[in-house]
Amino acid sequence: MLRELYEQLKGRFPLGELSEKRPDLAFITLPREQLRPVLLHLRDQEGFTHLVLLTAVDWIEDDRFQLTYLLHDRQGARDIGLRVMLSRQAVIEGAPMESIHDLWPTAATYQRELREMFGIDFPDSPGVNEDFILEGWREIPPYRRDFDTLKYSNETFAPRPGRESQDPAQHMKAQLYPDGA
Amino acid sequence: MTQTNEDLLDDDLIEHAPVKEELRRRLVKGPDGVEFEVEPLRDYYCEAPPTVMPAAYSKIIEGLFNWARAESLWILGFGTGCGAIEMRPLMTPRFDAYRYGIQWRPTPRQSNLFVISGYLSVKTLKRVIRSYEQMPNPKYVVGLGSCTINGGMYFDSYNTITRLDEYLPVDVYITGCMPRPEALLAGFEELKRIVRAGKGEGANQYAERFDWYKANQKRVIHDWDMPDYNW
Repeated sequence: MLRELYEQLKGRFPLGELSEKRPDLAFITLPREQLRPVLLHLRDQEGFTHLVLLTAVDWIEDDRFQLTYLLHDRQGARDIGLRVMLSRQAVIEGAPMESIHDLWPTAATYQRELREMFGIDFPDSPGVNEDFILEGWREIPPYRRDFDTLKYSNETFAPRPGRESQDPAQHMKAQLYPDGA
Repeated sequence: MTQTNEDLLDDDLIEHAPVKEELRRRLVKGPDGVEFEVEPLRDYYCEAPPTVMPAAYSKIIEGLFNWARAESLWILGFGTGCGAIEMRPLMTPRFDAYRYGIQWRPTPRQSNLFVISGYLSVKTLKRVIRSYEQMPNPKYVVGLGSCTINGGMYFDSYNTITRLDEYLPVDVYITGCMPRPEALLAGFEELKRIVRAGKGEGANQYAERFDWYKANQKRVIHDWDMPDYNW
């Protein structure tokens, strides 16, 4: 079902690969400059009128941030996700990303969150620089994978001594089979 | 002994955190046309630090007071984390905590028991401190669930405190993740015994070690944009 749509789209826009997860859910990787035309086409021509979410993944090994725009077609009961890859290094150095708040006003909230949690800047988005969840945050954005939350927590929040952590599998094995059988 | 709001205004607020618009000094025009200056941090809040409340002059009277305090625990209806869910069955007919003299109130001014229900983010901690300081003495704090004891499953979170008693004096901890309403009832009974025995001294402890608590609070709340004593 979504492969047809993909072939159709591919005739009009230069797209990356398709990854089908379910008959009614697929992801398309596409170049950054194609994002807005494809979003507009999907919204106005194909019935994908609902922006379900906009989120990011930190592929630190590949030096990339992946933005995922998930759209829903209520009439056709199908979802499509658009993936855009950004250079991680460029984002850290402050490279901006285009905002889509004029297509879906709710995107402004997601973009504000991404600005705070990943440090991805959307300069045109309204209120993007205001505090969203964190207040008075001083470190690097906490959802980046090079941010060590355990270290930060131990240094900041005065942990109570005596806490033990166990590997659940080993612990249950020792509990259930104490003689090692 | 402690910082007054004026010191705070000069040192901490201006240097470290931007003061909120509504807390800044400004000129206000009254309805009669007279202009006057408003300095919210000085005019709207108490400047004195909290003081230790001495016990009643007679042991019998204090015992009577403690009995009365123990039998009317009024909880501030402020759910800080997921544990707030456990308080709904507790206040409705299924577990009906009202029969123990426990009830929920909508404002800190009417309550004397603060139940920190589960994980506490730094952002919520700020509101919790403001609410706690507005509660009248004597007041008690119950830490609910593992998160308040050692961080629980949020022990490595970047934004959740791991230990409640660094920031507020805690009378009783109730373990579990989450504790069932029965556990809460047992915890409240334990708190009653503590109060009855005259050991519910959290508010006095807070007043005595005010500097220590404030220092701990300010170490995690980086945008401290409120007065030191939120009375």
